[in-house]
Amino acid sequence: MSAGTLYDKVWDLHRVAELPGGSTQLFIGLHLIHEVTTPQAFAGLRDLGLTVLHPERTVATVDHIVPTTNQARPFADPLAEAMLETLERNCADHGITLHGLGSGRQGIVHVIAPELGLTQPGMTVACGDSHTSTHGAFGAIAFGIGTSQVRDVLASQSLAMTKLKVRRIWVDGQLQRGVYAKDLVLHVIRSLGVKAGVGYAYEFAGPAIDALSMEERMTLCNMAIEGGARCGYVNPDATTFAYLEGRPYAPAGPAWERAVAWWQSLASGAAAMFDDQVDFDATTIAPTITWGITPGQGIGVDEAVPSLEQTEPDERPIAEEAYRYMDLAPGTPIAGLAVDVCFIGSCTNGRLSDLQAAAAVAKGRQVAAGITAFVVPGSEQVAAAAEAEGLDVIFREAGFQWREPGCSMCLAMNPDRLEGRQISASSSNRNFKGRQGSATGRTLLMSPAMVAAAAVTGHVADVRLLLNP
Amino acid sequence: MTSAAPAFPLPAGPITQVRGRALVLRGDDIDTDRIIPARFLKCVTFEGLGQQVFADDRIELQGAHPFDRPDHQGARLLLVNRNFGCGSSREHAPQALMRWGIRAVVGESFAEIFYGNCLALGIPCLTASHELLLAIQAAAADPAAELELDVATARLRSSQPEASWELDLPAGPRQMLSTGQWDGTGQLVGNGEALAATAARLPYMTNFAG
Repeated sequence: MSAGTLYDKVWDLHRVAELPGGSTQLFIGLHLIHEVTTPQAFAGLRDLGLTVLHPERTVATVDHIVPTTNQARPFADPLAEAMLETLERNCADHGITLHGLGSGRQGIVHVIAPELGLTQPGMTVACGDSHTSTHGAFGAIAFGIGTSQVRDVLASQSLAMTKLKVRRIWVDGQLQRGVYAKDLVLHVIRSLGVKAGVGYAYEFAGPAIDALSMEERMTLCNMAIEGGARCGYVNPDATTFAYLEGRPYAPAGPAWERAVAWWQSLASGAAAMFDDQVDFDATTIAPTITWGITPGQGIGVDEAVPSLEQTEPDERPIAEEAYRYMDLAPGTPIAGLAVDVCFIGSCTNGRLSDLQAAAAVAKGRQVAAGITAFVVPGSEQVAAAAEAEGLDVIFREAGFQWREPGCSMCLAMNPDRLEGRQISASSSNRNFKGRQGSATGRTLLMSPAMVAAAAVTGHVADVRLLLNP
Repeated sequence: MTSAAPAFPLPAGPITQVRGRALVLRGDDIDTDRIIPARFLKCVTFEGLGQQVFADDRIELQGAHPFDRPDHQGARLLLVNRNFGCGSSREHAPQALMRWGIRAVVGESFAEIFYGNCLALGIPCLTASHELLLAIQAAAADPAAELELDVATARLRSSQPEASWELDLPAGPRQMLSTGQWDGTGQLVGNGEALAATAARLPYMTNFAG
């Protein structure tokens, strides 16, 4: 049983009561909401005659359904418009702050909460979105919830939860040039599988993790859920504090020192006990891509689609399903596979450093003939920062479309989607069947720099060969 | 795609028994995007989702999908394999299953968010070993097979062929379901003093004001 880890400490601090059914009532420090998973939660609240207990601890934005080409209201899609209107009305009725379109603070919920300084170490963070694990990058315990639970958090600022086990993912060495946090997490999931994390929180630690920027840590924790772990986290350190200082909702003045001392006290101590540990060496990790229909079906860019013999017996049925769906034969080298659409964005990889990495590849090159390539900044702030340093110009000159912020083609709830059997090179998080809006569309997950490399070559390519020495 | 009314009353009160035919859906890692594709999430109520369950998989199989087979209509139990419900947290997935008519799920393992969403709707998710599940699936393959799940004992019985299996349901959910406390909002709200005491010991609640 784990003891003395950040997870244990934060859990204990937020324990409200033990519930009759054997679960624990856990206080939620920050509740993030968006338009897709909340309308029924507010309706449920009204049905029960309840109000929002701590409206100041819930923060809203709109991200999933917003168009990225024209965000003028009303939206062309009446269903999307109705969802945003419902969110606006619910927020107004209950006194909840909504960072809406054009506010300068709108964006993907997992991008804006960190950049506003809302997400802080030692908090519990909940949101009706599985990628809430992103916020663990700050040493928060953050997890996705369903709509009934959104209603519960609105009503009580708490949830009935069962404590998880804690697995330490220890990463030695350093990522090599052209290899990013996305490659690291795809490598971890490829190695452990998509089910290994069920019942666990993942603590990411070790020299390679210490060296990651906050944005890279967010990419890593974002995809903990793809490995089955409902939450993943990194212990707060000087990198965390440097990122937070001066952000709008971060403590300031004398409160800042008190906050840092408290945050430091929560990190897993030297004597912390974990339920188990798995070790990796970052130095050996190559740019990693998924070839199949689960995020665990990943390979290095210099590898080939694995054969059934190379696949664990348990995983063979889904490998066979993936060969069929992806129309890829075992033994096919992944490098050189032609793509149709290139998407840079999402809560995994839609932050400034992601766009910088992609722009470094795109600069001075041209999107290959027949490829649709587009960049969707993760938030209005990311878009403004990128434009301030001319990234939009670099992308446009290279033939990429520069879009407005939102979730976009990660899950295709807006007009951005694959058509028919198109293959996308995507910096998003899920390659499930039909995920990008076409029931037969195909997704290759990779880092933003690798997406840019695919865009300018027209096929899967090793970005390390395109980077300037 | 007309009526939005559920074909069968939605779960309410104590969940003690689930009785009916079982539908076998084979495969590991069936994610919630497959259970309910994202385009159906553009809604402000859950009504009507029952008809969209597994929409894309059903289109692909042109009537041969387990949810389309005539002998499966009216099934109440769903039999699955490993890591069922992985991926997106969308409660629309268990809502779609529930509104189609499913009242209990038996599988080798479940993704956690999906499991919690089911519990919050009064849908028991029980686990069984691979071998046990194969035996249950074989028994359920007979269209005449009627299964009966007793939630308090986590025992599943089949009348034809006559058989009985012990499944796994942790004590917490078992108690919550069988006593009708699975919809626990009132309980959470009722702990107002403990909530206030917890908030008072968290320094971020006052933004670290001394």
